[in-house]
Amino acid sequence: MINKTAAQMADALAKGETTSVALTQAHLDRINSVDSKVKAFLHVDKGGALAQAAEVDAKRAKGEKLSPLAGIPLALKDILAQKGVPTTAGSKILQGWRPPYDSTVVSKLKAAGVVIVGKTNMDEFAMGSSTENSGYGPTFNPWDLTRTPGGSSGGSAAAVSSFQTPLAIGSDTGGSIRQPAALTGIVGVRPTYGAVSRYGLIAYSSSLDQAGPFGRTVLDTALLHEVIAGHDAHDATSINASVPAVVAAAKSGDVKGLKIGVIKQLQGAGYQKGVQARFDESLNLLASLGAEIVEVDCPNFEYALAAYYLIAPSEASSNLARFDAMRYGLRVGDKDGASAEAVMNITRDAGFGREVKRRIILGTYALSSGYYDAYYGSAQKIRTLIIEDYAKAFAKADVLVSPTAPTTAYKIGEKVNDPMAMYLGDVATIPVNLAGICGMSLPAGLAEEDGLPVGFQIMAPAMQDQRLYQVGSALEAALVSQWGAPLLSKAPSIGGAA
Amino acid sequence: MSSLSRDDVAKLAALARIEMTEAELVELSSQFGMILDAVARVQEVNLDGVKPTSHPQPMLNITRPDVVEPSLSPEDALSGAPAQEDARFRVPQILGEAE
Repeated sequence: MINKTAAQMADALAKGETTSVALTQAHLDRINSVDSKVKAFLHVDKGGALAQAAEVDAKRAKGEKLSPLAGIPLALKDILAQKGVPTTAGSKILQGWRPPYDSTVVSKLKAAGVVIVGKTNMDEFAMGSSTENSGYGPTFNPWDLTRTPGGSSGGSAAAVSSFQTPLAIGSDTGGSIRQPAALTGIVGVRPTYGAVSRYGLIAYSSSLDQAGPFGRTVLDTALLHEVIAGHDAHDATSINASVPAVVAAAKSGDVKGLKIGVIKQLQGAGYQKGVQARFDESLNLLASLGAEIVEVDCPNFEYALAAYYLIAPSEASSNLARFDAMRYGLRVGDKDGASAEAVMNITRDAGFGREVKRRIILGTYALSSGYYDAYYGSAQKIRTLIIEDYAKAFAKADVLVSPTAPTTAYKIGEKVNDPMAMYLGDVATIPVNLAGICGMSLPAGLAEEDGLPVGFQIMAPAMQDQRLYQVGSALEAALVSQWGAPLLSKAPSIGGAA
Repeated sequence: MSSLSRDDVAKLAALARIEMTEAELVELSSQFGMILDAVARVQEVNLDGVKPTSHPQPMLNITRPDVVEPSLSPEDALSGAPAQEDARFRVPQILGEAE
């Protein structure tokens, strides 16, 4: 049962062929047998998950009308507050914290009867692209346990790709859903900024952060997208409009006459040979399905990475000021006569990891008087130019496409001491965040040279998220029919019964 | 090539309220030049007359009706406190000793 899609599981539940308790237990067993190798989870809430599942089963037995994903297990990135369940954002500074409230994403999942089985590993405060910056050790890529699953939502991506759950929630500030989806051979969507509430999502960079869905198929991802999206009065940046019809789009999958723009700046030099080959092949498939391929020019994308690594650390240096050892979280050095400031200084050194400190210091520098205009101010203007590049490109094309990441999954430890090399992995995903639009990564096959998954990225204008699913489902169907089976069936066994 | 000395990093760390060890200060200072060179690329573009974007959603003054809604109980609000006393957060000394 665990290697079915979420849609198939939902169908089996609706027909009474299985129960949510049985389905949840099967996934808990899978976690038990493989997660000592993958390390996707920071916390497994066995009791809570089985209780939630039993509740859904009872409602179904009474004939209550249920949401399409009721009773389906899900893994939650540890950046989202869940009442009473340990929530750390991958940081030692929050070790042991149990939020007194639910984030809106969690409230919506609970209301839909989705079974939250646990919290997944991540780069500390979502700062990273490999999950190696977690305060609790790395997560391992199910395709090759010596490699990273990408990040920052690496735990969520690894959980779904190793069949520990069919669905997961991640968050994407610079590519943190799309890049790990690409590196683990699954589907991940960063919805339009403001489409999913940020209430209870621990803030890294507030103008860029957005939670979103992971699934093994485009349809599963759409079903989850529809559950978590929608206006929320608790988030002042939440868009007050109806949710795009993503499920309907995932079921239609017709691209005839659709204009697909290839971004000149996001391919070629710097992209691994096998990544480029799989990208080109997918593009040809879309053309063969009747889409019209055009090339678009986004000259300012060249500066997106630099702008991002000023804007995100600047916002982070301000957001992370809340971890002050006073009201919740870690407190170190509170001895007789120690001042609040001394306790704060010692606690923040003890509780934050290297990358978090690096970004706080960079942000503090970029916002200091005398440097503000040259760094943060310039980055904000580059952001405007990137939005203008997108506007011009979307005047010529309905969606834009690129490889999701320049390379396949790299080895654990390979880039950990070279922050700039790590940052370059986000080069194709970051422009979406700066412009506040939406993007999807879906598996495009395996790179010939290393046999590892490659992601194909689709981008659409704000609140046109349904276009991602329309194009994604068309491409997915064409690719799977070419492969003869879903890509994950080619992943090596990591033990346990699948 | 940009650079930031160990003392510059120490000053920033103090502003950011992080008491870094000597090894951390030296490591960050050695990495900072490369990072600053990379981000300084934003200055290569002619930005005259370009308006800054602070946020992708052009929204202003989002308000809700002034109606009382449920909020956390004092017990819930204090549930994660490192220390508490008389239903309040207990914090280390903020001002100097009373004379």
